[in-house]
Amino acid sequence: MAAVISTAGLARTFPTRSGPVEAVRGIDLTVHEGEILGFLGPNGAGKTTTLRMLTTLLEPTGGAATVAGHDLVADPAGVRRVIGYVAQSGGVDPQITVREELVTQGRLYRLPRARAVARAAELAAELDLTGFLDRKTGALSGGQRRRLDIAMALTHRPTVLFLDEPTTGLDPGSRADLWELVRRLRDEHGTTVFLTTHYLDEADALADRLVIVDRGTVAAEGTPGALKLRYGGSLDATLQDTFLAVTGRGPSPADTAPVAV
Amino acid sequence: MLLHDTALVYGRYLRQSLRSRFALLFGVLTPLLYLLFYGPLLTDLPLGGQGSSWQVLVPGLLLQLGLFGALFAGFTVILEKGQGVVERMRVTPVSRLALLLGRVLRDATVFVFQAVLLVLAALVMGLRAPLAGVLIGFAFVALLTVSLASVSYALGMKVRSPQEFGPLINAVSMPSMLLSGLMLPMTLAPAWLDVLSHFVPFRYLVDAVRDAYVGDYTSAHMLYGVLVAVGFTALAVTAGTRVFRTAGS
Ligand SMILES: Nc1ncnc2c1ncn2[C@@H]1O[C@H](COP(=O)(O)OP(=O)(O)O)[C@@H](O)[C@H]1O
Ligand SMILES: [Mg+2]
Repeated sequence: MAAVISTAGLARTFPTRSGPVEAVRGIDLTVHEGEILGFLGPNGAGKTTTLRMLTTLLEPTGGAATVAGHDLVADPAGVRRVIGYVAQSGGVDPQITVREELVTQGRLYRLPRARAVARAAELAAELDLTGFLDRKTGALSGGQRRRLDIAMALTHRPTVLFLDEPTTGLDPGSRADLWELVRRLRDEHGTTVFLTTHYLDEADALADRLVIVDRGTVAAEGTPGALKLRYGGSLDATLQDTFLAVTGRGPSPADTAPVAV
Repeated sequence: MLLHDTALVYGRYLRQSLRSRFALLFGVLTPLLYLLFYGPLLTDLPLGGQGSSWQVLVPGLLLQLGLFGALFAGFTVILEKGQGVVERMRVTPVSRLALLLGRVLRDATVFVFQAVLLVLAALVMGLRAPLAGVLIGFAFVALLTVSLASVSYALGMKVRSPQEFGPLINAVSMPSMLLSGLMLPMTLAPAWLDVLSHFVPFRYLVDAVRDAYVGDYTSAHMLYGVLVAVGFTALAVTAGTRVFRTAGS
């Protein structure tokens, strides 16, 4: 399978008052076309920082990467045209209506006005938001808002979709819906999905392949099954055992995942 | 593309301003209070320049409006960063310059609108000034807003919280207001204060607008005012755009 994302020694150091913080120390990874990659790691491992680099929001301080054939540093504009990104915080103004945000997003992707209006309606239909088009985004439920964030990121039919902790804070029903949505995007549109999570059950259920990061570097990678076999001792091992073996610690108690139903 | 993107960003933020009409009017309240309760104190004082005391005071109030209003513009971008709106826009192909220009042109529109209200009120109070001079005054308010709002957005993009932002802006705005002779001309000041005030860019803008208000369009003050305003604007917009392009934190 063709590589859609490949990175070599991708790194980012933040200068801070108390000295430099090496948030990402050198990430090497490959993501294949049409794959759902789970980027798994404890809080502070460097997941968001890696994502912000891959989406051109943050310049790397070391290493290189290509995304869908575009060099991250030399051609950030090329990268932007083919990716969608949903930050953990989302990205909509609570005072603005769903329709206005969707149309503006289309215009930011340089669709002519009439096309942007039509695309907003299409996206709303596809993501079950048609009934909320004239609601302010601040009045949406957590699950509806997440779907809107994703709709915004799909405006230009990106080939790669980056999702940063997409289900954090969602109720179990909405989490299950979102997993379904991500699978559908991959199955129906062949979208490559790069998603970060610190929920082990989410990684297990959704990802074709996992990259486990810890302290800014890749600690292990493989399919969930292969990782369980290798680090947990058997296919029946839980991802929790695997994670513990890889990182030397479990996710903090506050991070343990609710069980999706 | 730059034009298309700027118009788009401008439209978004202008609609945002129009949604809070109360704030739009509230902005003129402070200068209006100065006009009503401070202006009449000056009418019989020897202020040194040509023209009436209103021709000295109103230019100062106009720039005060721009100074305080525009310097706080960056506040909104801190909230937008928290909502993820800034990053959402920065991953689209939209021009980075447009992300800044759309916002600062919105601010310039708002402050020129408020400046018009203020001048209308001043006319009622007794201001008489040539139309061309008044229009030149609005142009300076617009340039001042564009430059200061750019600086403010750049700062807003850098700081982490509104609590960090407020004190920083106060530390800039209060001395700027006092040292630029917004309230009374600096020609009344002792020599050391007059000299010091020449290091504050706004001084040149106030002097230029005061000359415009008495119909003196070709003075040295006017030349310096234009040079400082244009130069400062170019610098501020360049710096602001850079922050929208690289935004490191
Ligand atoms: N802008 C920044 N300035 C300084 N340190 C940062 C900044 N962003 C992230 N960090 C630090 O980098 C590390 C990794 O952060 P992050 O990528 O957000 O981790 P994760 O998303 O895996 O929880 C953390 O220690 C965090 O405090
Ligand atoms: Mg994170």
